Amino acid sequence: MEIPYIYYLVVSGVMFFAGVYGFIARRNMLAILISLELMLNAVDINFVVFNRYLYPCQLEGFFFTMFAIAIAAAETAIAIAIIINIYRNIKNIKSDNLDKMKN
Amino acid sequence: MSYAEFLGMGAELSLMAVIILLFIYDTFASSKAGKYLPITAISLLAIQTLYLAFGGIQEALLFGGMYSTTSMSNVAKIVLNIGTILVFIQAASWVKEDDMKIRRGEYYVLTLITLLGMYFMMSAQNFLLFFIGLETASLPMTALVAIEKYKENSYEAAAKYLFFAVFSSSLMLLGLSYIYGAVGSLYYTSIAANFAVTPLTIVAVVLFLAGMGFKLSLVPFHLWTADVYQGAPTVVTSYLSVISKGAAAYAMMIALMTAFGNGALDIWINVLYIVIILTITIGNLFAIRQQNIKRFLAFSSISQAGYIMLGVMACNNYGATSLLYYVLVYIFSNIAAFAVAGAIERASGKLNINDYDGLYKTNPKLSVAMMLAMFSLAGIPPFAGFFSKFFIFYSAVETGITSMYVLVFIALLNTIISLYYYLLVVKAMFLKENDAPIATVKSDGYTKTVVFITVAGIVLLGLVSWVYDYIFSMVA
Repeated sequence: MEIPYIYYLVVSGVMFFAGVYGFIARRNMLAILISLELMLNAVDINFVVFNRYLYPCQLEGFFFTMFAIAIAAAETAIAIAIIINIYRNIKNIKSDNLDKMKN
Repeated sequence: MSYAEFLGMGAELSLMAVIILLFIYDTFASSKAGKYLPITAISLLAIQTLYLAFGGIQEALLFGGMYSTTSMSNVAKIVLNIGTILVFIQAASWVKEDDMKIRRGEYYVLTLITLLGMYFMMSAQNFLLFFIGLETASLPMTALVAIEKYKENSYEAAAKYLFFAVFSSSLMLLGLSYIYGAVGSLYYTSIAANFAVTPLTIVAVVLFLAGMGFKLSLVPFHLWTADVYQGAPTVVTSYLSVISKGAAAYAMMIALMTAFGNGALDIWINVLYIVIILTITIGNLFAIRQQNIKRFLAFSSISQAGYIMLGVMACNNYGATSLLYYVLVYIFSNIAAFAVAGAIERASGKLNINDYDGLYKTNPKLSVAMMLAMFSLAGIPPFAGFFSKFFIFYSAVETGITSMYVLVFIALLNTIISLYYYLLVVKAMFLKENDAPIATVKSDGYTKTVVFITVAGIVLLGLVSWVYDYIFSMVA
């Protein structure tokens, strides 16, 4: 028996909003990065599921997912570089410490 | 597909050639020849702009309809190129500094790569290409924000920019995935043909608007703007505030008019209506409180983004023309303001509006340039800002819908508020007494050039009427 696609959407929805929650609530920048990855991967699941179940004779959703994965990897690389730079400068990666600019 | 058809994307190919040439030059030039990198970058980009303007690029629909060149998108690319050239001239004296010398090649190559991403974003006819262009524009932008990596504010601004950019693109991607689920395609034309208003698609369009709202720093998605503008190097801030905002506004207009132009019109018109009112008002009210000139210009750019969105609301040829014209005038006015602020920052390290007290006594030319920029941003006739605001209001009123009159009226009221805080800067420079004003700034040739060109643009762009007519003839 095949799993109805609505269950996949529930999983991806939960993943996405867990990511949103983590983005807002976590204070460690690596944890924020992980939350962002959760959000992006939840969207990838959406695309693949829609393509596989609703439009099985085309490939657009799969292609979009491949590009989204590549772009997410690029984004992670830049984010880690910036986090390392922050660690070198202030010796920790808590987002609370990034408040030097308010007047 | 024959090779000749690739010439349809001549804009992107020529820009890639410029990037590769600059990259090779930066890698292999001796340290003596490396001095000429800024002037090489400016002239290569100028040549490429001339190719766009007079190279006879044909209208084309390539790659199965994913990519399109129209005369309108070509004009938009020329406008962005002019702005980038001005930023490059402004940057030339910045990259000569000791700690930037080693990174100057990276600055030019990364900036041009973001420009390439914006080109693709503006020419996209498919949301996949749109998304790739958007990320190609925003990921190198993060590196640019962090380019002065040992300065305290730079990494803070970069972290904020990166996290907000990725957060907003994942919101937008969620919207796009729902649109794909509902429609079964990501091509603008087939979305327009098959769009049906259901709760799912309403959520999808609103999420798409939220994602784009972050890029354009529309309220309520504007929180990153002030910090990033303050922390980034001034040259990067001026690029961020004019070029990437203009490109995002244009690409958003194309996506909304083509893909969501039929069935989804009612959804986004209503959302955008409220967003514009909030953006203009809150941007203005917060700008009054700012002391730092870069934060001040950040909030002013938030409210200007609201005015730009009026052209999207109009959703016709007048709207598109006045949007491009507004972006062009905004490029000149804002780069003039940032060039003056940057020159003063480099000479004295001062960035507060209070420090500008009595600036006219010591730096009359810079003060007059700053005053003209402020007048143009506020929209005082006969400077270009007045005409761009006039055309954008006209395009909104021209639709003849009653609610649009209300919107334009609110925008007009906000123009008065904005006049107050723009004049605060002018008052500080010309009227306030100060015992120890900033010493006379010795600006080099590049700064003089960019201030001269932008001031000439501010004065002439409104009076020389064929500019608007030319853009209109290209759009229609």
